[in-house]
Amino acid sequence: MNIHEYQGKEILKKYGVRIQDGIVADTPARAIEAARTMMERSGSKFVVVKSQIHAGGRGKGKIVGSEQRGVQVVNSLEKVETVATNLLGNVLVTIQTGPEGKRVNKIYVAEDAYYPGASEPKEYYISILLDRAKGCPVIISSTEGGMDIEEVAEHQPEKIMKTWIDPRVGLQGFQARQIAFSFGLSGVAFKEMVKFVTALYTAYTESDAAMFEINPVLKTSDDKILAVDAKVDLDDNALYRHPDLVVMRDTNEEDPLEVEAGENNLNYVKLDGNVGCMVNGAGLAMGTMDLIKLSGGEPANFLDVGGGANAKTVEAGFRIILKDPNVKAILINIFGGIVRCDRVATGVVEAYKAIGDIPVPIIVRLQGTNAAEGAQIINESGLKVYSVIEFKEAAAKVSEVLKELGVN
Amino acid sequence: MSVLVNKNSKVIVQGFTGSEGSFHAQQMIEYGTNVVGGVTPGKGGQTHLDRPVFDTVKEAVEKAQADVSIIFVPPAFAADAIMEAAEAGIKVIVCITEGIPTKDMMIAKSYISTKDCRLIGPNCPGVMTAEACKVGIMPGFIFKKGTIGIVSKSGTLTYEAVDQLTRVGLGQTTAIGIGGDPIIGTNTKEAVELLMNDPETEAIVMIGEIGGSMEADAAHWIKEHGTKPVVGFIAGQTAPKGRRMGHAGAIVGGADDTAAAKMRIMRECGIHVVESPALIGETMLKALGRA
Repeated sequence: MNIHEYQGKEILKKYGVRIQDGIVADTPARAIEAARTMMERSGSKFVVVKSQIHAGGRGKGKIVGSEQRGVQVVNSLEKVETVATNLLGNVLVTIQTGPEGKRVNKIYVAEDAYYPGASEPKEYYISILLDRAKGCPVIISSTEGGMDIEEVAEHQPEKIMKTWIDPRVGLQGFQARQIAFSFGLSGVAFKEMVKFVTALYTAYTESDAAMFEINPVLKTSDDKILAVDAKVDLDDNALYRHPDLVVMRDTNEEDPLEVEAGENNLNYVKLDGNVGCMVNGAGLAMGTMDLIKLSGGEPANFLDVGGGANAKTVEAGFRIILKDPNVKAILINIFGGIVRCDRVATGVVEAYKAIGDIPVPIIVRLQGTNAAEGAQIINESGLKVYSVIEFKEAAAKVSEVLKELGVN
Repeated sequence: MSVLVNKNSKVIVQGFTGSEGSFHAQQMIEYGTNVVGGVTPGKGGQTHLDRPVFDTVKEAVEKAQADVSIIFVPPAFAADAIMEAAEAGIKVIVCITEGIPTKDMMIAKSYISTKDCRLIGPNCPGVMTAEACKVGIMPGFIFKKGTIGIVSKSGTLTYEAVDQLTRVGLGQTTAIGIGGDPIIGTNTKEAVELLMNDPETEAIVMIGEIGGSMEADAAHWIKEHGTKPVVGFIAGQTAPKGRRMGHAGAIVGGADDTAAAKMRIMRECGIHVVESPALIGETMLKALGRA
């Protein structure tokens, strides 16, 4: 589960990780109030106004139809109001949002951390994520803070350090010191960085995070180390033990059809194609999407109905797929193992009747337990549903239907 | 021969008396698997499905000489169940449970790495030796005894492959469902290696999906050490970057873990890669020169 920067920072703060502090606001008036508080607290007239969306590249991204950037430093309450008005309720397009962009519903008014002082401020990069091959967390760190880490990895791989953590004992002191030394730090800044990395790892494991990306990590001009940004992804499978984190979910950031599918216990991902599909099992669902593509169509979605495909789940699946206006045909692909195909077929017929007329052709491929009985139920239903048994036949039928529709 | 499980395997079910455990234990018994009992803490001494229930895996090993365990316990307790089985001396641990927190699995995997055991899964359909021993949830009727081994991350896509093989007249030795989670006990390469070393297995079907580097690692191993034809498929050619497709591990992170990249590497390593999951059976016939 992805969360916003301000929520990620709340988690960091709870575990003693120093952050660039701020206050979240959802109206220009609240933004001004937040800015006043931050200015008083820091003694600086500078604050940073940051769009809160689940996507990176906000600083360079622009609000649709204007020159307003997604993140802006301002030095007066009037400017806070202008920027807040420009951002809130409008759509921000960044390199990560795609052309459709994301609506900014909240902004984070943060303190200015780049104030002048005894030494130059300096940015670093730290992320913690799972190394799947090694089966343990890895801390990725770099002196190239504020940059796109994938770019750094490609062009300056020598500037990236990886520190693997033994999950049974956690981060050790020498590892935190190695990271701080690799940044070339000494004195107070060194000690602060060791503390920062240690607290960051604690926050990562204690919150059951899947990924932390702190970019940049800032050494301030007075040698404090703090997280200026926080990209946090939490392990969905562990949310059951974190009720305080579950409430951080922001369904505004998700596709409404995906939210509805989730409420019906369906695993659905919306895509851009023209052939909807409903499948039991994630691997077969991906395979079915691939088959649609090879048959001349484009998959409109991923939808795994799981092991309990019945009339209720099939109906919910139909309703969700049909809400996507791009869908021109639907392929149902069920391999009955424990699930009986005749029951699924009955479910399809019942769901079809419950919905009334389904305006697009439906191809039902039932294979496995009681496949023949299932096909018979479909064929005798009198509904406009094509029944096939072999996977290859399903592919051929999808091609044929698309040709008839003139889609391909 | 076959691998991992056979007629002589003494299987116990952890989470024996729960609804999932009961249902699948019954199915396994009907298939002919030698289920010698089960474990449900607090229900030791009872009888379930005409078999003894034990409080601990240790007791099941001592009293029923169990050497294989299948785990159906809920996600919050599954990592603990894996470690208990390993500690008790179980040799093959098959974990079906889906939804185990990654942190728990990291610790469990690290813990069992020093024990003499092999973990299959979690989030997998189990292991099936055709017409001999089912330790999982795969539908038995699609299998036929034969010479093809199968390694797969996915459940129903495995059934699809097995069914296609059976329909073109190719039976199977053992199908290994390795699981779709980011952290699993046995990876693709290790499962392929088991089948390469099995004298009864003549050829291998390897089914992967987007995410991680296991299929590429296996492909490189096959290029070096492979002695049998391998037919491969990667699900998720049409999956968008950064979206999790059902399985916790099925997510494209970069340029190397897309279906296209994996298929390219597999082809370069001499694997018969199919673009369409509907052509697994036919392609295997061709690979064996019997088409």
